[in-house]
Amino acid sequence: MNSGWVLVALLAVPLAGAAGLLAPAFAGRVPRLYGLVVSGLALGLAAVALALFDFSAPQRVQFETDLAWIPGLDLRFHLGLDGISLPLVVLTTLLVFLCFVYLAGRSAAPDGPGVRLAGLRPRALVFTLLVLELGMVGTFVALDLLLFFVFFEVVLIPMYFLIAIWGGAERRAAAVKFILYTLLGSAVLLLGLLLIWSQAGTLDMVALAAAHPMTRSAQVLAFLAVGIGLAVKTPMWPLHTWLPDAHTEAPTVGSVLLAGVLLKMGTYGFARIAIPILPEGAAVVAPWLGAFAVVGIVYGALACLAQRDLKRMIAYSSVGHMGFVLLGFATLTPVGLNAALFGNVAHGLITGLLFFLAGAIKERYGTADLTELGGGLLTRLPYVGSLLTFACVASLGLPGLAGFWGEMLALQGAFAPGGELSRPLYLTFMTVAGLGAVLTAAYFLVMLSRVTHGVAAEPVRFADVRRAELVAWVPLVGLTVLFGLWPGGLLGLTDPVVQVVLGVP
Amino acid sequence: MTTAATVVLLPFIGAVAGLLGSRWPRGRSRTEENNARAARRAAWLAIVPLPVALVLLGYLVWRTRVGPGLDWPPGTFYADLLPGFRSGAWGVIETGGVPITVGLQIDGLSVLTAILVCVVALGVQVYSVGYLRGDPRYPSYAAFISLFTSAMLLVVFAADLLVLYVGWELMGLCSYLLIGHWWEDRGNSRAAVKAFLVTRLGDVAFLFGIFTLGFAAGSFRIADVLAADLPEGTLVAATLLLLGGVAGKSAQVPLHTWLPDAMAGPTPISALIHAATMVAAGIFIVARLFPIFPQPTLDVLGVLAAVGMLGAALAALAQDDLKRVLAYSTISQLAYMAAALAAGSPGAAIFHLMSHGAFKALLFLCAGAVIHHVGSNLLSHMGGLRRVLPIPFWTMTIGFAALVGLPPTSGFFSKDGVLLALEHSASPIRLLLYGSALITVGVTGAYATRAWLRGFFGEQAPLEPAHGHAAPPTMLWPLVVLTVPTLLFGFLGAGDLALGSAAVTLVVGLLGVAIVLAAWRAAPAADPARLLGPFRAPCEEAFYLDRVYDRLVTRPTMALALLVVRTDTSVVDGAVRGSGQLTLRLSRLVKLAQQGNAQLYVTGLLAGVLLIVVGAVVL
Repeated sequence: MNSGWVLVALLAVPLAGAAGLLAPAFAGRVPRLYGLVVSGLALGLAAVALALFDFSAPQRVQFETDLAWIPGLDLRFHLGLDGISLPLVVLTTLLVFLCFVYLAGRSAAPDGPGVRLAGLRPRALVFTLLVLELGMVGTFVALDLLLFFVFFEVVLIPMYFLIAIWGGAERRAAAVKFILYTLLGSAVLLLGLLLIWSQAGTLDMVALAAAHPMTRSAQVLAFLAVGIGLAVKTPMWPLHTWLPDAHTEAPTVGSVLLAGVLLKMGTYGFARIAIPILPEGAAVVAPWLGAFAVVGIVYGALACLAQRDLKRMIAYSSVGHMGFVLLGFATLTPVGLNAALFGNVAHGLITGLLFFLAGAIKERYGTADLTELGGGLLTRLPYVGSLLTFACVASLGLPGLAGFWGEMLALQGAFAPGGELSRPLYLTFMTVAGLGAVLTAAYFLVMLSRVTHGVAAEPVRFADVRRAELVAWVPLVGLTVLFGLWPGGLLGLTDPVVQVVLGVP
Repeated sequence: MTTAATVVLLPFIGAVAGLLGSRWPRGRSRTEENNARAARRAAWLAIVPLPVALVLLGYLVWRTRVGPGLDWPPGTFYADLLPGFRSGAWGVIETGGVPITVGLQIDGLSVLTAILVCVVALGVQVYSVGYLRGDPRYPSYAAFISLFTSAMLLVVFAADLLVLYVGWELMGLCSYLLIGHWWEDRGNSRAAVKAFLVTRLGDVAFLFGIFTLGFAAGSFRIADVLAADLPEGTLVAATLLLLGGVAGKSAQVPLHTWLPDAMAGPTPISALIHAATMVAAGIFIVARLFPIFPQPTLDVLGVLAAVGMLGAALAALAQDDLKRVLAYSTISQLAYMAAALAAGSPGAAIFHLMSHGAFKALLFLCAGAVIHHVGSNLLSHMGGLRRVLPIPFWTMTIGFAALVGLPPTSGFFSKDGVLLALEHSASPIRLLLYGSALITVGVTGAYATRAWLRGFFGEQAPLEPAHGHAAPPTMLWPLVVLTVPTLLFGFLGAGDLALGSAAVTLVVGLLGVAIVLAAWRAAPAADPARLLGPFRAPCEEAFYLDRVYDRLVTRPTMALALLVVRTDTSVVDGAVRGSGQLTLRLSRLVKLAQQGNAQLYVTGLLAGVLLIVVGAVVL
């Protein structure tokens, strides 16, 4: 039975949806539910993939399609899903769908600052988001290095426009910085991929991961190039400065997808390309990766502690959380890799929710500046305030919610690092990261205390959660609780793959 | 096993139902009538699970009354009373490293502690109905108490250290949410944040301790860890790390500073979380893992306890806020339990934990009734209340008697048990522990008497007009009910009473009482805390530890944060922006060569040819 059509359809639906928008009938007025229906279809297909997925063998590549693409260069159109990519594909389609739900509610709202987003060029916005979805899903299902790279790049263009057209006051500068910085990273990544090709003679990820045909020095060099390229996207300290600007200026849906999915493309690359294909390179570079990761954790947390803008603070919190993910990779242990993949999904859910909430607050107050927000959010917006409390508590890694397992398992990985990595060094990493976890709790609680507690300067109450907002947020809350209470649901998918990747007998 | 799981889940279901369902389906409307309806429903959802859980716990008592038991720990009263042991698991989470077992275990220690938790929680939930009457946020408050109860029960029954850790942190969250219940006041909000952060600092060490044990034993199951034959060095390191969490949760020196501030929360919360249950979790976990605690760790714990019990008792003597008196008293009493553990007697520690849980909850609920009446926490605003508040007066008198350790209250038996354990221990710091404990007994008598006299005797202070309403019956019944264990629980340990040692303790305690009484008789209007003389100010400020932490930790961290933000803008991002500008400048330089001036191009061409020719000739 060939079930490869699922993935092809998963790519074709957003593509067709975007192409359909070019029809002259849609000029100027696009049906409000258009994006909702197309992304809903994609989500449905992801659900089909989830239903048909063989959970007894997540390490096997399923739904495979392998066609010749450019035979002269031996490039193949190779798609497939396994336990690492399945959660990310579902997360991507879910977040895009929820973004459309959120937008549908926004255009229904009477007036206020929120209208601008949906009111300005609605057709272009839907088009942009659908192309973005195509690129993001494609990145997670591609099994050919160059195909992966193509999708990786496809994502940049719509995200650039998303920031540059629908962003805040400083959107131009932020968008330019975003695209130049990430393109530079991509260039380095491409060099690394070409190095792999020149050494190994193939671009097929499955074949490369099985054979490891490269010499040690070539692996180190390739790992450095690929790693730097991915680290820009992740982002790893000190290559992170495009992120706060992009997040602060991006519209709400842009921030949600940026944090929820785009950052995961970087970390996914580590799990899919850098570590499986270049194991010896990974072993050499891992201590450096770990060091940058823990610096990122503490640095991100400290930067959050003194941040004055809510969206900027959440952006810096991503630097810290991605630090935990990278630390997980750097341990080169099954538990560390599982931690990283778990933390990836958890961060997507929780930070997606955080950006939705920050957007909702900014829309109502007209600012995201912590001083101007003042206190008493819980009086003025009780439901938004409670959800913000929930999201922050989840993000600081409270056990019983999804954020905990990624952090805890990453620390566990650092407690007993794999291979010939230096144990004392990793114990230091673990201790520093543990302190970073305390600082993470500190900045979230201080922010909550400043914003949600206290007496509101003006007693006016805003319109609290709208129906569309609730529909967009509840799935994220539900999944955060679900994976918090039942981490086995995700670990069961990733663990067999990770065992194979690391060659654990 | 299902019974234990049901006991844990019942309050959890109550919490979820209370949070989501109290206002359903008219969630948005905040009219008086709707608030009252939501509060009624929330109260039922919060209270009903607890009696059911208690009935199930009664069944568990019956199930564990006989073996098959573990041999360990011999001689502790809970193992003698309920020697049964059962454990079960619902699954294993494969993490790629050491797996996590989702399981519970039932033994005498967990069943008895669970009963204490449920009894106090029930009393507090009933009491809160009256105490928070008219508070529009009562539904979430009651649900958080239910969530806390569930988390504590999870800690008590957990068979796996990481499952235990989940409950452990959830308790911290509930504590944070409930201390900050009246978040309109910035002070409450700050206290809540402080409580969470200080305990979390300890919890990180605790988590690392769990890692150390789990990786060494190859399993996070408590039974496997206890059975594993681990090297001494590993054990010392692991248990010292665990002590971090113990000191944080059980408010022991040096991480105790959050507890007095936590009194900013509603008084029933102080009774439940910050006196009877959560703060006892640290003691509980040491008792649970006692066989693997090596002597060096116990000595460290003993020194901390010896310092903490006396320091906190002295601080309690100087406080003017009644709840802070009780908070420092809690730190001091928890230090007694820690000292008993350090002396090698978990039985005495747990016995005191249970009797203290009952009488300290009683004291806090009485204090709540007093504060409800007076409208102030300060002892200087109280006085002469024994005639206006007869029930709180008598019940609080019994509570104070138990705190001082007067017979026949439970405090007499349990405190005597602790001192007996200290006296006969084989610990190298036995003298320090015993001496400190004995002096503390005297100071305890003094501060309890002082609070009692200042609150209930003397001139009645004028009331603020808004207050002075009588406490509703839901607030009085729990007081009466909690006096029962305060008076009777101690007789469980009556058989172990050593008369000589008990007499010494009693005499020292009464001496403390007598000194304060004499001072008060001499000048009834003055505060007996003047007995401390020049030490009064340091005691009132709890030896300035908060200021030290502020200087050494809080401010440097904030300064560092500001530095990081500045560095990020000027150095890290500066390099990025600088590279952009550099590129622009370079392009300007290159542009010079392409300005469209044909003469320049020809000149350049000729110069190049000349250069090549010269080069060719010379070389």
